[in-house]
Amino acid sequence: MTGEQLLLLLPLILVTTTAVLTMLMVAVKRHHGVSCLISAAGLTLSILSLVIVVPLAPAEVTPLLRVDAFSVFFTALILLSGLAITLFSYPYLSNLEDHQDEFYMLLVIAVLGALVMVSSTHFITAFLGMETLSVCLYGMIAYPLHRRETAQYPMEASIKYLVLSALSSGFVLFGMALLYAQTGTLHFSSIAAQLSGLEGAVPPLYYVVAALLIITGFAFKLSLVPFHLWTPDVYEGAPLPATAFLATVGKLAMAALLMRYMSVSGVLGSEAIVYVLSLMAAFSIIAGNLLALLQSNLKRLLSYSSIAHMGYLLIALLTLDTIEDSLGAEAVSFYLVAYVLMSLGAFGVMMVVSDSAQERDHIGHYQGLFWRNPWLALVFTAMLLSLAGIPLTVGFIAKFYILAAGVEGAKWGLLFAMIVGSGIGLFYYLRIVYRMLTPLEYFEPMREAGLKELLSHCVLLVLLCALIVFGVYPNGLMSLLEAVVRTL
Amino acid sequence: MILLWLIAILFLGGALAWASEGLDARLPRVVALCSLLLSLGLVLWLWISGGAQVGTPGGTWWVLDSWAWIPRFGIALSVGIDGLGLLMLVLTVFLGLMALGAAWNEISQRTGFFYFNLLWTLAGVVGVFTALDLFLFFFFWEVMLIPMYLIIAIWGHENRAYAAMKFFLFTQVSGLLLLLAILCLAYFHFVQFGVFSFDYFALQNVVLEERFQMWVMLGFFIGFATKLPAFPLHSWLPDAHSQAPTAGSVLLAGVLLKTGAYGLIRFTVPLFPEASASFAPVAMSIAAIGILYCAKLAFAQNDIKRLIAYTSVSHMGFVLLGIYAWNLYGLQGAVMTMLAHGLSSAALFMLAGGLQHRLHTRDMDKMSGLWAQLPMLSAMALFFSVAAVGMPGLGNFIGEFLSLLGAFQASRSITAISALGLIFAAVYSLWVIQKVFHGPYKIPEGVGRSAIPEDLSTVELVCYALMALGLVWMGMYPQSFLALSGPGLEGLLQAVGAFSGELGPAAALGGAL
Repeated sequence: MTGEQLLLLLPLILVTTTAVLTMLMVAVKRHHGVSCLISAAGLTLSILSLVIVVPLAPAEVTPLLRVDAFSVFFTALILLSGLAITLFSYPYLSNLEDHQDEFYMLLVIAVLGALVMVSSTHFITAFLGMETLSVCLYGMIAYPLHRRETAQYPMEASIKYLVLSALSSGFVLFGMALLYAQTGTLHFSSIAAQLSGLEGAVPPLYYVVAALLIITGFAFKLSLVPFHLWTPDVYEGAPLPATAFLATVGKLAMAALLMRYMSVSGVLGSEAIVYVLSLMAAFSIIAGNLLALLQSNLKRLLSYSSIAHMGYLLIALLTLDTIEDSLGAEAVSFYLVAYVLMSLGAFGVMMVVSDSAQERDHIGHYQGLFWRNPWLALVFTAMLLSLAGIPLTVGFIAKFYILAAGVEGAKWGLLFAMIVGSGIGLFYYLRIVYRMLTPLEYFEPMREAGLKELLSHCVLLVLLCALIVFGVYPNGLMSLLEAVVRTL
Repeated sequence: MILLWLIAILFLGGALAWASEGLDARLPRVVALCSLLLSLGLVLWLWISGGAQVGTPGGTWWVLDSWAWIPRFGIALSVGIDGLGLLMLVLTVFLGLMALGAAWNEISQRTGFFYFNLLWTLAGVVGVFTALDLFLFFFFWEVMLIPMYLIIAIWGHENRAYAAMKFFLFTQVSGLLLLLAILCLAYFHFVQFGVFSFDYFALQNVVLEERFQMWVMLGFFIGFATKLPAFPLHSWLPDAHSQAPTAGSVLLAGVLLKTGAYGLIRFTVPLFPEASASFAPVAMSIAAIGILYCAKLAFAQNDIKRLIAYTSVSHMGFVLLGIYAWNLYGLQGAVMTMLAHGLSSAALFMLAGGLQHRLHTRDMDKMSGLWAQLPMLSAMALFFSVAAVGMPGLGNFIGEFLSLLGAFQASRSITAISALGLIFAAVYSLWVIQKVFHGPYKIPEGVGRSAIPEDLSTVELVCYALMALGLVWMGMYPQSFLALSGPGLEGLLQAVGAFSGELGPAAALGGAL
């Protein structure tokens, strides 16, 4: 391994060091603030280190990892999300009746797993990354179990996630084994090369079966219908920072990996796979939106809405290789940026009003928020409207992108499902907005915004600004993404 | 640049109104008044100065500006107006002032946020009337929805949550169809010319295969017909109108409905001439059904605001009829109906709102003989009802007459059926007048015998007088408006060409099936 390769891995190394440091801190002296500070500083440094990485990219670092503009972009996005969640976690965890330090350690290691996933071009690294991320998530989801009164179901959520996640990993492993048995390689591009060497345009059966098994595993992590059943329970049972992490970094890393896999390995050449994925997309959109319709728990509501959003994303993923130089890859990347922004914002508001003693995740908790705390209500409304895809927000441009990619790929049926789904989606997003507008006679006072929450509010401000700037003037982000996906 | 200023004034005025609430609860309305007067000044200045005339295939443009916005998709901040757009702008800003007058004393809670929403709705509408880039157009099309939703949802009446949601869902879902259709068009521009473009003039060059053109055109038509609203997509309107506060109803009826008609004239027909021509019989049949069906529904209402809402749908049928007749008479009729209906329906909604404010009910069964107590209000109600019926000498007559005249050239049978709507209109209008204002004076429940409702305040009187004046002007000297919209409409007609031939009811039915 040369020095240059080490430099390329600098973000990974820094994140690993941060994890080790947080662990050592626990051995020396436990302090919530210091642990949070170390994690935040480590993640920040790692983001800054990307400045060194960018000029060296693109390059293969060992056959396992590839650092290119695509991976750098998603690395930055994951690190930023991780940083935001770290900052949100501090006030949330500060009244936990137990040690808080390990949560940050788990979070940082989970970020590491996600970073490996977005840089991998090989099934081994992809799998390692996925498992690192998942194993840490088991711990994060069950974290509030340590407090004295356990009002919710973190254990149930964690076990559910563990069992189903292990099952899905099994599917992925089986698919990988099948591919390896036939091709003797686990590298995305050499599998594709072997495939194109075969006579005829139709991929062989083993390949289709293997790809379907792998996609099943991936679809579980993205919670696409029919592999979505864990999502609402896990979202509801987990503490809010873990939910937010699962909803943003978890989805982001998985989607980026899937995008690289799909664009490099040429799986979309098989009609059967396209057919299965189209069905998944349509069902995710319709089922996700319908199930979200009458939820009164916001975590469950957002979990179902995330199913629908992943369905929209899949439309763009399906257009990845229909036409040379297509909009698909850009649309996926843009949608992911938008989705992470708005999910972080929505969960961020919930984290600011909640703490580990009481999670305010029922729609009733937000009644009259507009007149009690206009600032938080404004942020929440903006995030929800963005999720619904209303102009002036980044969600609109993202939806526009997906529609454009869908038109280009002539996915009329899926686009129609998207329109119907968005219509249903509006209903439940607006229901929350309406509750926030409805005045309330009596309400329990909100937690006073002290110095501890200041950083969270700053993060919310940044998210809101990004939401509106990218929604009104998306040009900069668009050209960046255009350059990024070209390296794919 | 002047058009962007116009939009910016309204956006900034809204933000300022909201911010000024902190100083004094009465300040927002003053701020709103100032920004509206400023906008009115700008629009009138445009009217008087005549602007720089720029000739293009789509007619004669007064102002035409363009700046790059999202080059990746060939999206530009293109704005421009011709005579038609200018008339719509005048209507918008004028009715904005009227809505302000309606809200002046009625809205007492959260005034800052109310005027913010009012001005932002207007800014969205002004954007819709000026945008010449379809992406920008859609952007404004959606921007005007959220504030309107908030106006209904926060300051509305008893069933506001339902009404606001219904309004939003209808317009938003049809809006997404519109967006999809716009994207198809832009994509085919990409296929045929190698670049994405959302420019109005560039997209007119796109050639679509016949069947596909029909589908894309339907996306546009549904988007606009929902807003118009045309039968059978009208069911959101009575709910939204009856639950909205007076100012909201004024904006909805006076301005927002006109954006649908404007979209049909400016975009649907010019962008898809062949598909529109073959769709015209269906559209005209829809118009005729809407005119008669909604007139009948209006007659069955007890709620005075619902009644006016249904008459609005009925009158907008004449607009649709005139547009799809696609000749100069029909189009001029549609434009005149839009203007006149904007004033008369806004005034009627203000009157209904005024009655509700005084009597705390919208139920006509509880009202009787109000002329004795409220002579000025009653006289105004009579005036605007008669205007809505289409009394010669007032604007609505000119509009509906021209619409029918144009439609007569396209299809005699549909015109004959639609003309029955005029009779129905007379029936329900006079019935309302008879029921509410004549007969023995009855005090509605909830209003004490001692509390005699007050007649019109000065603000109200000024508003009604201005609107009445406008209607008389349109009725007596319509040429000043026809001359304005004429060149633009003629340009559109030349670019598209007239729809051919007389269409009998059999052909219309065949087309519909």
